[in-house]
Amino acid sequence: MTIGSVGWPSGSRRFCAEMRPSRLLTIPALVIGLGFFVWPMLSILSTALGEDPGRIISLFGEHGLRSVVWFTVWQALASTAAALVIGVPAAYALTRFDFRGRGALRTLLTIPFVLPTVVVAVAFLALIGPQGTLGIDLAGTTWAIIAAHVFFNLAVVVRTVGGLWSHLDPALEGAAATLGASQWRIFRTVTLPLLRPALAAAGAIVFLFSFTSFGIVLLLGAPRLATIEVEIYRDAALIFDLPTAAALALVQLVGVTAALLVYSGRQARSATQQHLVAGTAARRRPRGRDRLWIFIALAPALTVVSLPLGAILVRTLAPGGSLGFGAFRALAAVDPAVVDPLRAVGNSLGYGIVACVIALAVGLPAATFIANRRSGSSRWLDTLIMLPIASSAVTLGFGFVIALDAPVDLRTWWLLVPIAHALIAIPFVVRLTVPVVRSMASHLREAAATLGASPRHVWRTIDLPMLTPAAAGAAALAFVISLGEFGATLFIARPGGQTMTLAIFRLLGPGNASRSAALALSLVLIAITAAAVALLERLRAPGVGEF
Amino acid sequence: MRRIAILVALTLVFAACGEETPDTVRLLTHDFFAISDELLDAFSAETGFDVQIVRGGDAAIVVNQSILTAGNPVADVIFGVDTTLLSRAIGADLFDPYRSPQLEFVPPELHVARDAATPIDLGDVCLNYDKELLTDPPSVLRDLTSSAYAGLLVVPDPTISSPGLAFLLATIHEFGETGDYTWRDFWGDLRANDVQIVGDWGTAYYGSFSGAGGGDRPIVVSYASSPPAEVLFADPPIDRATTGVIEAGCFRQVEYAGVLRGTENPAGARALIDFMLSAAFQQAVPTSMFVFPVRSGVDLPEVFVTNTRIPAEPAVIDPEAIDDNRERWLAEWVETVLR
Repeated sequence: MTIGSVGWPSGSRRFCAEMRPSRLLTIPALVIGLGFFVWPMLSILSTALGEDPGRIISLFGEHGLRSVVWFTVWQALASTAAALVIGVPAAYALTRFDFRGRGALRTLLTIPFVLPTVVVAVAFLALIGPQGTLGIDLAGTTWAIIAAHVFFNLAVVVRTVGGLWSHLDPALEGAAATLGASQWRIFRTVTLPLLRPALAAAGAIVFLFSFTSFGIVLLLGAPRLATIEVEIYRDAALIFDLPTAAALALVQLVGVTAALLVYSGRQARSATQQHLVAGTAARRRPRGRDRLWIFIALAPALTVVSLPLGAILVRTLAPGGSLGFGAFRALAAVDPAVVDPLRAVGNSLGYGIVACVIALAVGLPAATFIANRRSGSSRWLDTLIMLPIASSAVTLGFGFVIALDAPVDLRTWWLLVPIAHALIAIPFVVRLTVPVVRSMASHLREAAATLGASPRHVWRTIDLPMLTPAAAGAAALAFVISLGEFGATLFIARPGGQTMTLAIFRLLGPGNASRSAALALSLVLIAITAAAVALLERLRAPGVGEF
Repeated sequence: MRRIAILVALTLVFAACGEETPDTVRLLTHDFFAISDELLDAFSAETGFDVQIVRGGDAAIVVNQSILTAGNPVADVIFGVDTTLLSRAIGADLFDPYRSPQLEFVPPELHVARDAATPIDLGDVCLNYDKELLTDPPSVLRDLTSSAYAGLLVVPDPTISSPGLAFLLATIHEFGETGDYTWRDFWGDLRANDVQIVGDWGTAYYGSFSGAGGGDRPIVVSYASSPPAEVLFADPPIDRATTGVIEAGCFRQVEYAGVLRGTENPAGARALIDFMLSAAFQQAVPTSMFVFPVRSGVDLPEVFVTNTRIPAEPAVIDPEAIDDNRERWLAEWVETVLR
């Protein structure tokens, strides 16, 4: 009876042997992964190849689709380069110097990354859209898209690069300086090579996010500019050309998987043994000209981040210059059959909680299994769980609607939305909790067992307290991911199941009154997200990593 | 144990109650559907069904999303399936056929084969122009490619917007697919002449068009009935519309309603369709949705008589031809105009 219920087989026979987790732990992940990821992806495959297997090849013969693929790649490269150029100096200032307000600036630069992409687009429309705060209309241009991608991804660069930078041993640079090297030469020949793994990691993540960008491109690039992700949506939902949509989804799936493999291969090869020091040791108080450098290094990043955030605040609280909360009045005046704000908030919170429960119910047992086994089966499970990252939200939603009509028609089942959200969150839940499970001291468990504690008792008194902080942090993260999810939800939400991101998207349609209503709802979504993130920060287990 | 049995029994009883005929009929429609509460109340009083309106965005999106979940609908009735989308919806088996007794008051040429869907209203998608900014409107579509009209036209994206698609079909009807100057040549020239493409009709009409909103473009794809709407909503009131209709390049659109296959409330769905064809509803169609009633013998309001007319020769393309070519035309349009 105890076997399986907690995961560890008991019995005196094996009590000193390695504790092996039960395979039962993998069941939730297998059910969700096979039923709601592998099966929809196979449906996409058969749609793409079924009617006309040559469709994928002929895709590249069409000028329009070729230009979509090309645009997807080059805007992602440009966004990555811009994020690195602006983010690395900011990471330098924030990790090498200790000054007043440093923590607040670091937090400010992190805010955009937790914002839903729809809200990012709303912020940029308020800033550089029609009748924007800056007075120039860049909506529909590549500039707006790249700027929004930089805004969204700066945190990745600052956190990843800054994380490594703060642990580099300053003695290395000191030695170079003693030998007479100039500041620039030290940076080029000592610091930069040491930072390379972090630069590559940050660059790869920014590239992937920009490559599969959906909400930002759909709203800021319309109608001319489209990434593959946006084109899949157009083909599937608007033009109704399902084979082309499926073929594009396949192209994207293969491309992203290849990029991920290349990246992880490089990571493994370029991993260098480094002598790292405690973070605070590398920071010093600014002297003399340092203040100027700090200012120069931080100014671009702070500009990119604070202008759009400011535009949302200014527009929401005083649209058209009038005092008061005009945008909220506009929101209250919207036809409830188009957007019912309270219902959207309720739906988002409800989906968020359910997605969170599913993500933990699947992710925690899977993490326990992966952490305690170093066998082929654990690697397979790990790969299965990570796969949804390589696909994309739109592909997932598209797969749901074309796959889940048989044997039971689930296409309008409300639970599909939180399941999709959970699938996107599970990889993060697993990544957050596996290190914690691995680090749990097995001798405590063994000692307790020696003293006669039942496996259930061991789990409750030793494992659970150690796991709780990481699990709570993972739960908050899953909740935030669900709140901001847009691409998959757009396909599978029923009209009555409108979430906040869908409501914002709807409000950006006709008329200016609803544009300010979209701003107001965005502010509500930001507030809820911020509360969840604050909880996440508070619950995050120490030493779980910089990200 | 006994208590549990009672609980189970009670639950079953309540579950059985829920299985009875629902008293709400859900109407899935686009954002521009409008009808007065008085009429809806009258329907409830007469039939005992309450109408719950579910809005899904632009007509094309509403229809496409319904098709993706055909047979497992989120509503009982769909309204707003227009000429350009009808064959796609029928092909996807979206509807439960229904022949309303009210259909005898509708001209037979508007009926749908096998009564898959029911015609409710019709309108013509036409170019509108701002009479104050443009004293010399184009008389044929080809004029729009001349330098005199550079940067004046705004068109809603035909892949998203049904009036946008209707205008595209009008140009295909006008210029054809073969010959010296095809519809693709026309759109290539329009692109060179700085045509503006925006997401949906509302953004084009209220956002970019100078005659109705804050925009600066004096020519827009809209409806033949848009000028009377301007008069009705004018504040302060005006006598005559400040916008006019260009008769070249109009496309006739009929809007249909249908019972969604798989509905939980077929009786309510049919009652709602009968109601939409009733004299009272048809009478209200012009001033609430700015389209013309399909029912014969319904008087038009004065503002419609003075400010618009039904175009003499709107483009009509066979629905079969639309169905066979729609995806290809849209893909070619995207390639010509957007990429």
